[in-house]
Amino acid sequence: MEVVGEEDGDTEGKRKNGHSKKEEKKEDNERGEKVQKKKKNKRIETSSEQESSEEVEDEVEEEGEEKPEVLSPEELEKLKEAVDERKKRISTLRGKPWPMRKKLLTLRESHEFVEKYEGALGKGKSRKLYAYKVMMLKKWMKFQRDFENFKTACVPWEMKIKEIESHFGSSVASYFIFLRWMYGINMILFGLTFGLVMVPEALMGRPYGSMPRKTVPRAEEANAMDFAVLWDFGGYAQYSVLFYGYYNSQRAIGWLKFRMPLSYFLVGVGTVAYSYMVVIRTMARNANEDGGGDDNSFNFSWKMFTSWDYLIGNPETADNKFASITTSFKEAILEEQESRKDDNIHLTRFLRVLANFLVLCCLAGSGYLIYFVVRRSQKFALEGLESHSWWERNEVNMVMSLLGMFCPMLFDVISALENYHPRIALQWQLGRIFALFLGNLYTFIIALMDEINLKREEEEVLKLNMTIWEASLYNGTLGANSTAPPITVHPADIPRGPCWETMVGQEFVRLIVSDTMTTYITLLIGDFLRAVLVRFLNYCWCWDLEAGFPSYSEFDVSGNVLGLIFNQGMIWMGAFYAPCLPALNVLRLHVSMYLQCWAVMCCNVPQERVFKASGSNNFYMAMLLVILFLSTLPAIYTIVTIPPSFDCGPFSGKSRMFDVIQETLESDFPAWFGKMFSYASNPGLVLPFLLLMVLAIYYLQSTSKSYKQANLELKKKLQTGPTADLHAAEQNEENKKKKKMAALKAAMDLEEAQNARSEAPRQQRNNNASQQSYRDRGEKKGGEHRAHQGKSNHQIPPSATRPPAPRGHGLPGPLPGNQRQPAPSVQRVPNSQRH
Amino acid sequence: MGTTASQLRKDLLSEYQELTFLTKQEILLAHKRFSELLSKEDRNLTRVPMEKVLSLTELKSNPFRKRICHVFSTSDMKDGSLTFEDFLDLLSAFSDSATLEIKSHYAFRIFDFDDDGTLDGGDLEKLVNCLTGETDDTRLTPEEMRQLISNILEESDIDKDGTVNLSEFQHVISRSPDFVSSFKIVL
Repeated sequence: MEVVGEEDGDTEGKRKNGHSKKEEKKEDNERGEKVQKKKKNKRIETSSEQESSEEVEDEVEEEGEEKPEVLSPEELEKLKEAVDERKKRISTLRGKPWPMRKKLLTLRESHEFVEKYEGALGKGKSRKLYAYKVMMLKKWMKFQRDFENFKTACVPWEMKIKEIESHFGSSVASYFIFLRWMYGINMILFGLTFGLVMVPEALMGRPYGSMPRKTVPRAEEANAMDFAVLWDFGGYAQYSVLFYGYYNSQRAIGWLKFRMPLSYFLVGVGTVAYSYMVVIRTMARNANEDGGGDDNSFNFSWKMFTSWDYLIGNPETADNKFASITTSFKEAILEEQESRKDDNIHLTRFLRVLANFLVLCCLAGSGYLIYFVVRRSQKFALEGLESHSWWERNEVNMVMSLLGMFCPMLFDVISALENYHPRIALQWQLGRIFALFLGNLYTFIIALMDEINLKREEEEVLKLNMTIWEASLYNGTLGANSTAPPITVHPADIPRGPCWETMVGQEFVRLIVSDTMTTYITLLIGDFLRAVLVRFLNYCWCWDLEAGFPSYSEFDVSGNVLGLIFNQGMIWMGAFYAPCLPALNVLRLHVSMYLQCWAVMCCNVPQERVFKASGSNNFYMAMLLVILFLSTLPAIYTIVTIPPSFDCGPFSGKSRMFDVIQETLESDFPAWFGKMFSYASNPGLVLPFLLLMVLAIYYLQSTSKSYKQANLELKKKLQTGPTADLHAAEQNEENKKKKKMAALKAAMDLEEAQNARSEAPRQQRNNNASQQSYRDRGEKKGGEHRAHQGKSNHQIPPSATRPPAPRGHGLPGPLPGNQRQPAPSVQRVPNSQRH
Repeated sequence: MGTTASQLRKDLLSEYQELTFLTKQEILLAHKRFSELLSKEDRNLTRVPMEKVLSLTELKSNPFRKRICHVFSTSDMKDGSLTFEDFLDLLSAFSDSATLEIKSHYAFRIFDFDDDGTLDGGDLEKLVNCLTGETDDTRLTPEEMRQLISNILEESDIDKDGTVNLSEFQHVISRSPDFVSSFKIVL
């Protein structure tokens, strides 16, 4: 290969230089300091024979590792450069497409060089330090490498995913990789909430039963331990660290003086901030790798060069892949060939509008249904939950899950009307499902808001009642004037406010649980049962079940990914009010991974039409970002506007939840800090800062636009090819030549005019004519400029035969100038120079 | 099971780690799989013949398996046999952390069926036939093939010389979002 050959020569040359730099020459003991050792001075030669340098090297090796004492600075500099160059070469070796033998040789040689001369670089006192630094650096690199190895070993489920990749290709495996990534994020969120919120309260806070908020009320005590109640997250589950209401509002707890309310608030903010950071970082990384995807400029080439999935190890999948590649080739060729048949564009348009209208109706219908169901459940709650059946109690969650299951199928059927290209149809489908989930979620939240308001009204009423109740307590035991001993009332008997935050947390937890159950049951019935039926009923059925109607199901990548994203959105929404949500989600994802891996391998078949879902990688990330934003909005709204309950949670007693920050600033930080903070949050400072950011965004936007323009132009240049460039270059050269000719002609004319006074007019005319002919010949050729020169040089001899003698001082003229150019040996350059 | 193959020397292992994109576990796994390919009789051989290499599950279903062996083989007889170091080179180029440049370089060599340094019409035709499978009903008609090849050359051949050379190939590949993720083989 030419490429490899070039690089071979390159290394040969480099090797020669290296050897030359390794030359040493023995010197006599002139310096006189160290008499015992022989001193060698490095003499850096620019050219040397390899043999002599090898001899010298042998001598050097015989005498052992002697380091010279004194080196002149330039030599030191050059040596340093050489060592650095070797180090750089070592680090880039793995990216070179050489065979392993060659790489090994180069590596060993470079290592030798570096080790031998590295120590020499440090001089005098600092040598020890330098050697120490070098050793630490080596150890650090080794540590880094081991750490990388360890990290890769730690990544879970690698074998499972690899098996799925080999059977189903990379698009199905991408779902599982996404699942694993989500699992990682949730682990971190779990670590934060568990370690900083749940554990401190459990260990250092007041124990169960010591306060009203931490005790099951007397009325509910009887069935607090029932499984049904626990499954619903009531009873003992409600009055535990799992929910907001359990936490005490004491400012500092335990011997560590752990600031519980502050920690709760900061963890809530921190989970959101961390999620944003991770999602945006992943998006940026994906965008970098994308390279600004040009979807249609290399359609065929991409199909040709990148469509095979090298991870496939299963013959069946390979056959499928062959078939799908062939289909895609044929389709692409057809599309390219045939002109768009707009035979009935009006009908198509009408059908599409109709389809969208139907979809809108569906969405509106589902939204209304959810609202209606939530209202009904509120009515049920008022009447007391025990009097209703299981269905009526769990109506909201079931309805939401069922809608999420059936509406996408409905959308699929409706999209048959639209007659889009499959990839576009998939995008529409994803968009609609997204709108469905979003609509459902927000309707749910609005209904929840209504409930919160209801509970707050209840709270007001209760506060009034509390005073009456307290008075009634003391009534029976007090005399008029005596100071009463404090009456101990069991915490379970004290009337409670309806803790709306715990209610919100409970709703979210129930939603997640029912969603999970629905997913698993759908999986078992839709995929597993179907596969079992198809497999075993096939023996006694009229038509071929496997090829015909039900057949085995395919793995729906986009539907599953959307489900995952929406679940994560619900976690983000509810995590502030129910610290147990990340823990629950970790458990759920763990089980999902195993269950879905098993289901995919056992019940699914590889997809027939394989879409490159990789382009949608950033699409999914973008959706995740949108969901993150939309799900933190309600939480932020409730935190900022609604005052916390008066008797439950870590913020009880404050007028707003974020007052805890103010309180901390005042009491825990020195005074100047608080002052500084108040200055920083002054609107006079914040507004200009915001303005500055807006201006920065505008500026960055416009520079990025100009870069895109420049990119496009370069691309166009590349497309039209070097021929255009060459023509332009030739044009330039010709113009230059013309100008030069004109200038020289003018100079020559002047000379002529001067000489004409002593010369025959005939000679002048002759010269003019010859020059004219020369110029004509030169300008006529539109070939390459070197050929131009060559030609002109060819023409020189005839026109140079001017009468020499009278021109004593020799006409300098243009022609001798041309003759003097070093190009005469350049003949017409062949066309293949551009290769 | 059976006799243990010779262990990989520690210094070699660390050198391989520096020279490839593989982690230590991957190199050890590769050594294990490679030793399994060597049967008992040719214990002292260092080269594994091509047929044995093609029996690996990861390569069995790959339409380019023979080309892959030829490209990575350093044998003088051009028979596609691989030493352990060739095998490591193969895995490194196909690994997850390999750079786009390495992958596109080797992809170019794999697609270059006649080893002449450019992808001309004959190479592209063989490429398409590999991709569409071996059976007759999945092949393209000659007409379609011609159309396809002319489309591809139109897109990728920048200097219009009728062939795709390495830099044109790398230019096309670098714009593709799927190449890096599909050009992967993991043991």
